[in-house]
Amino acid sequence: MLKQIEGSRAMAEAIALCRPEVICAYPITPQTHIVEGLGELVRDGHLTGCEFINVESEFAALSVAIGASAAGARSYTATASQGLLFMMEAVYNASGLGLPIVMTLGNRAIGAPINIWNDHSDAMSVRDAGWIMLFAETNQEAVDLHIQAFRLAEELSCPVMVNVDGFILTHAVERVDVPDQARVDAYLPPFDPVQVLDPAEPLSMGAMVGPDAFMEVRYLAHHKQMRALERIPELAAEFRAVFGRESGGLVRPYRIDGADTVVVAMGSVMGTVKDTVDALRDAGHAVGALNLCAFRPFPLDDVREALLGARRVVVLEKALAVGMGGILASHVRMALRGFGNRVYTLIAGLGGRPITGDSLADFLRKVEREPHYDVHFLDLKSDVVEAEIARMERTRRAGPIAENVLRRVGAGRAS
Amino acid sequence: MTQTVKFYQTGTLTVGNRLLDSDKRTVQASRNRSNALTCGHRACQGCGEALGARYAIDAAMRAANRDLVCVNATGCLEVFTTPYPETSWQVAWLHSLFGNAAAVASGVAAAMRVKGKATRVIAQGGDGGTTDIGFGCLSGMFERNDDVLYICYDNEAYMNTGVQRSSATPPAARTATTPAVGAAPGNVFGTGKNLPRIAMAHGIPYVATATVADLHDLEAKVTRAMGLHGARYIHILVPCPLGWGAASHDTIRLSRLAVESGLFPLFEAEHGEVTATTPIRRRVPVAEYLKPQKRFAHLFRPDAPGAQEALDRLQAMADANIRRFNLLSAEEAVR
Ligand SMILES: Cc1ncc(C[n+]2csc(CCOP(=O)(O)OP(=O)(O)O)c2C)c(N)n1
Ligand code: SF4
Ligand SMILES: [Mg+2]
Repeated sequence: MLKQIEGSRAMAEAIALCRPEVICAYPITPQTHIVEGLGELVRDGHLTGCEFINVESEFAALSVAIGASAAGARSYTATASQGLLFMMEAVYNASGLGLPIVMTLGNRAIGAPINIWNDHSDAMSVRDAGWIMLFAETNQEAVDLHIQAFRLAEELSCPVMVNVDGFILTHAVERVDVPDQARVDAYLPPFDPVQVLDPAEPLSMGAMVGPDAFMEVRYLAHHKQMRALERIPELAAEFRAVFGRESGGLVRPYRIDGADTVVVAMGSVMGTVKDTVDALRDAGHAVGALNLCAFRPFPLDDVREALLGARRVVVLEKALAVGMGGILASHVRMALRGFGNRVYTLIAGLGGRPITGDSLADFLRKVEREPHYDVHFLDLKSDVVEAEIARMERTRRAGPIAENVLRRVGAGRAS
Repeated sequence: MTQTVKFYQTGTLTVGNRLLDSDKRTVQASRNRSNALTCGHRACQGCGEALGARYAIDAAMRAANRDLVCVNATGCLEVFTTPYPETSWQVAWLHSLFGNAAAVASGVAAAMRVKGKATRVIAQGGDGGTTDIGFGCLSGMFERNDDVLYICYDNEAYMNTGVQRSSATPPAARTATTPAVGAAPGNVFGTGKNLPRIAMAHGIPYVATATVADLHDLEAKVTRAMGLHGARYIHILVPCPLGWGAASHDTIRLSRLAVESGLFPLFEAEHGEVTATTPIRRRVPVAEYLKPQKRFAHLFRPDAPGAQEALDRLQAMADANIRRFNLLSAEEAVR
């Protein structure tokens, strides 16, 4: 049913339609509204056959989900940022045990300095944790990806993380089609676990594994993700057949035919990217875009195929590998290794800094004219950082960087 | 009226099993015991934890009609029972992490509840996994009154990583991180947590302490706990020959001396109130318990600085326990 609805609420309703049996919640902005919504749906009787558990930390939240999933219950939790780091050990554990938990990550920056706004630092910090990681472009896709996520997770017995941009998606009220129960039931069969704690057939799960078998266990985790490369597009196609719309898949090209410059990005920023592509195309620039819906497994072949024709690839990413540069850009370079495309790293939107179409278009026109240095930080306040660097070189007791920068930015605003 | 049984095994104050009616005999005495923790595991000889776990889980298995799931924290018990691809567990068993056993068990219990199954759930871990790193998850499980029995096997240090201090390590004890050197050798006085009393403060339905000296009592407490629902906690003192520097054959004796000295009071509590205590029938000075353990050897060197003061303080701790729980039996008080 089409509704004018907050993203978090729409996701909560979609998750409820997936008939989760155990939901664990711990509050952190910006995912809070999702679990609040689910709590309400359980309390008011809309979602039956579900235990909603308020726990004392994110570490406990995912641990409860681990126990519930191992006991054969469809399990769900959500978090963001600091919460994801707080549960980190359990994040690896869930995938290591091969438990098909679905978790929403309301993408948010990681502190210090503490910052509640959107970027992808949290997701990137668990990129090698063994979870399948999907990124939603819109709230419609966020709804749809959750439904696909349970199916994918349970088929492969592997946890799936649905990434939704904090505030930009979670708090945006817009038109979303929340599907009906019958269709979700048709798409998502009941959970049939491959391993379960059953007193009638007792087994030991989580044994100690030494050098003689650990490599093989890790390899098989990798193998699952390689299987996911095949299953993700198939499940998206099946989803289209049942629900009548495109959602998910590995990559989605936009006006890529004949494009000299292609912008690669993930998540909600694709809206801005597409608008910028349209504007530049209108002005005669051969620009296109590539949206990555799946980050883990990373679709190397699909990315390569989509980008081979582009002379320039601009990887727009909302995270920074401090001391190195781009994370997504490194992945794209891996896909394009051996080919001559020029790849730029464009770090943007950290800690919620708006990514404007004008700034993006400026950068695209610049790299079109002449080669540019790498890595580029979009809309970085160079005067502020230069002044702070100079000050640190002058004074030993330079004080806390965050506060100094804040003071400088405030002073700039006042003047 | 039940008649008081007066026959004890020689020198133990433990009732001989054969003297009891068959329905009062231990679970271990039954040929139908589940052997939940079966032989072949890699525990050290005389390991109190292995013994305690076997009795506790077999008793729980009987109480639950074998409809039981166990969640295990990382630690000796987990490591010595599951050297891949072997396992000693003949019970549905899950090990996740060091600090989350209580939360994982909450999840298992939630799954059973939602599926309408009567399956019971136990979480178990060492003192480190319980009083330190797993404390947050444990307190959360207590506070929510989740239907989980948590069993702590307290060997008073992080044994699996090589005998480091935990918040259950007693004062003056030597561990790898509280060496017996310097002016105040061993673990610091005035530190540590009393988890059974912290558990009681949560107001949960049942809390009990037990040792591997009185296995009948241990089984009875597990059975009692299994007869209740909600969050329950049993804290079992389990000597570790390796970590305590004690002889393998002294595990039972040391457990008994810990109780008889007053250092490890045996009691049961319901909803935050003590409901039963086990009186001390033959009180011993703490030195009798401490002396056979190399971790306290520095207290018994004639020239050791502060040794007598440390012994006095440990004795005072035992005396305080005896007062708090009123542990002297009538006959002992008269003597
Ligand atoms: C997060 C984390 N920190 C540290 C460890 C290392 N570690 C494994 S077992 C253990 C000690 C366990 O001590 P305890 O819980 O008392 O059990 P015991 O081995 O004494 O029975 C430690 C420190 C770990 N596995 N995980
Ligand atoms: S080190 Fe101690 S607790 Fe660990 S197996 Fe040996 S005796 Fe048991
Ligand atoms: Mg220990």
